[in-house]
Amino acid sequence: MLTDQIISAKSMPTLPHKTVSLTVNEKHCTLEVLPWVSLLDALREDLDLTGTKKGCDHGQCGACTVICDGKRILSCLTLAVMKNGSEITTIEGVATGGELHPLQKAFIEHDAFQCGYCTPGQICSAIGMFQEGKALTRAEVKELMSGNLCRCGANTNIIDAIMEVKAQMSHE
Amino acid sequence: MNNFSYTQAKNRDDAIALSGMGPGSQFIAGGTNLIDLMKYNITRPNALVDINAIEDFHAIRESANGGLSLGALVTNAATAYHPLVEQRYPLLSRAILAGASAQIRNMATNGGNLLQRTRCYYFYDTNTPCNKREPGSGCPAIEGYNRTMAIMGTSEHCIAVFPSDMSVALAALNASVQVSGPEGSRNIPFSDFHRLPGNTPHIDNCMSRNELITSIELPANGFSNHYSYLKIRDRNSYAFALVSVATGLELEEGVIKNARIALGGVAHKPWRVKEAEDFLQNKEPAAENFWYAAEMILKGAKTFQFNAFKVELAKRAIVRNCIMALNPECQLPGAQASA
Ligand SMILES: Cc1cc2nc3c(=O)[nH]c(=O)nc-3n(C[C@H](O)[C@H](O)[C@H](O)COP(=O)(O)OP(=O)(O)OC[C@H]3O[C@@H](n4cnc5c(N)ncnc54)[C@H](O)[C@@H]3O)c2cc1C
Ligand code: SF4
Ligand code: FES
Ligand code: FES
Repeated sequence: MLTDQIISAKSMPTLPHKTVSLTVNEKHCTLEVLPWVSLLDALREDLDLTGTKKGCDHGQCGACTVICDGKRILSCLTLAVMKNGSEITTIEGVATGGELHPLQKAFIEHDAFQCGYCTPGQICSAIGMFQEGKALTRAEVKELMSGNLCRCGANTNIIDAIMEVKAQMSHE
Repeated sequence: MNNFSYTQAKNRDDAIALSGMGPGSQFIAGGTNLIDLMKYNITRPNALVDINAIEDFHAIRESANGGLSLGALVTNAATAYHPLVEQRYPLLSRAILAGASAQIRNMATNGGNLLQRTRCYYFYDTNTPCNKREPGSGCPAIEGYNRTMAIMGTSEHCIAVFPSDMSVALAALNASVQVSGPEGSRNIPFSDFHRLPGNTPHIDNCMSRNELITSIELPANGFSNHYSYLKIRDRNSYAFALVSVATGLELEEGVIKNARIALGGVAHKPWRVKEAEDFLQNKEPAAENFWYAAEMILKGAKTFQFNAFKVELAKRAIVRNCIMALNPECQLPGAQASA
């Protein structure tokens, strides 16, 4: 009888996990995730990368912005299974060898965060914006950063920090 | 979000076959609308068919008739910034860039943009009835807070607006939508693609469930000399339109030879009035002519308690946008393709 029970427990339908392999912050990893797990939840819960924040979970705040295959995207509106084989950079991966990213330094210098909750998304989004190369003026930077909401009033300083790094880049 | 199975389609036929396997299956492209609706429990597919691996749908190609074919899976950002789109269809670039945010445009696809669902508050609130979400349950928007709702083409069953910016430009450009399904392929003129609510507001467009959008076809004429997209919204960027206008003009010796005016944010589909466009033909591009056209476009408007302001707003937006179209350089950033 006992063996029967063990067998039936084993033959219970298992949840349909999918294997997903990702390169996150230059490290290769393989995850077993359920299809309905968002990339955001996979990063935070499975990979313990809690720098990426969950704000609205509906695409409206930009807190969950990460860079996926060179483009900034919202990790809350994508499923982890859909990103199999992708390369992802989160806020944990933007510093190199213990040296902060120029944007991280500029955010500190310009007092560009109060609560700091939107900061990781702001920085990832700004890096993505630089790669896109479309924002030349301050007005354009504001427009192309408008998917990242700062609710505590640091936005002006955030734009200042971004403009400073932009200016540094154009002098390089 | 409900539980569902997930499969990746390898090619078009595979996608069509997979979607035919059950009534609860749905395609997923960028996911920016579908996943949002699933998180609100508005859409509950039991099977997702991911179409992102279909190589064919990722290209923008020149077509034989001098137009452009925009693959269904090209992202909104890649489309708006594509050199041929910027040069030949700047109106489309502007309209796309006036929508959503940079992150969303990097994810959102052209096919998905046309199939996004309304942003009606009641549709999003599963605690209220809504004929679009649950046919026959009623429409609380008609007697409710209807500030953002439609003023043209409504029915007693639904007064929702279709929120896509890209589609307003596509309507003005006379684009068409190429779709493929179990019964083969067909090409749908843009004006026939989306529907009015009528008695069946839960049906947004003329596609059947197993059909796939494969591409959007642009005709040769892109109105690249005189065009403008104006989006009026509650904040200056990153919000849906209260009213938007796409204008394309062709001028010859100071006279209008061809005019296109499409409105967004006023109906269940992008709104065009042929009579008004015809009226402008052979007229001077003067404000009073644009006013006259605007009156013709808004003639049939029917308003509700909180949205009557849209009629005047739309008229002024039409006039202003037609004037801006004469000199596209005067458009503000935010609706600007590349700097
Ligand atoms: C916060 C926010 C703000 C936004 N603001 C704007 C705005 O201002 N203006 C605007 O126009 N849009 C706006 N959007 C909407 C956005 O543009 C759409 O969500 C997006 O274009 C949908 O594309 P997708 O590829 O992500 O579609 P998905 O979410 O993947 O799919 C949407 C629907 O289309 C179906 N589908 C997708 N591709 C195909 C295909 N090839 N064939 C058949 N069916 C298909 C799916 O089954 C689903 O039903 C906003 C979205 C968000 C989240
Ligand atoms: S307007 Fe349409 S979408 Fe909104 S509540 Fe009424 S039926 Fe639903
Ligand atoms: S958490 Fe993704 S946009 Fe707000
Ligand atoms: S720093 Fe607090 S929300 Fe941006």
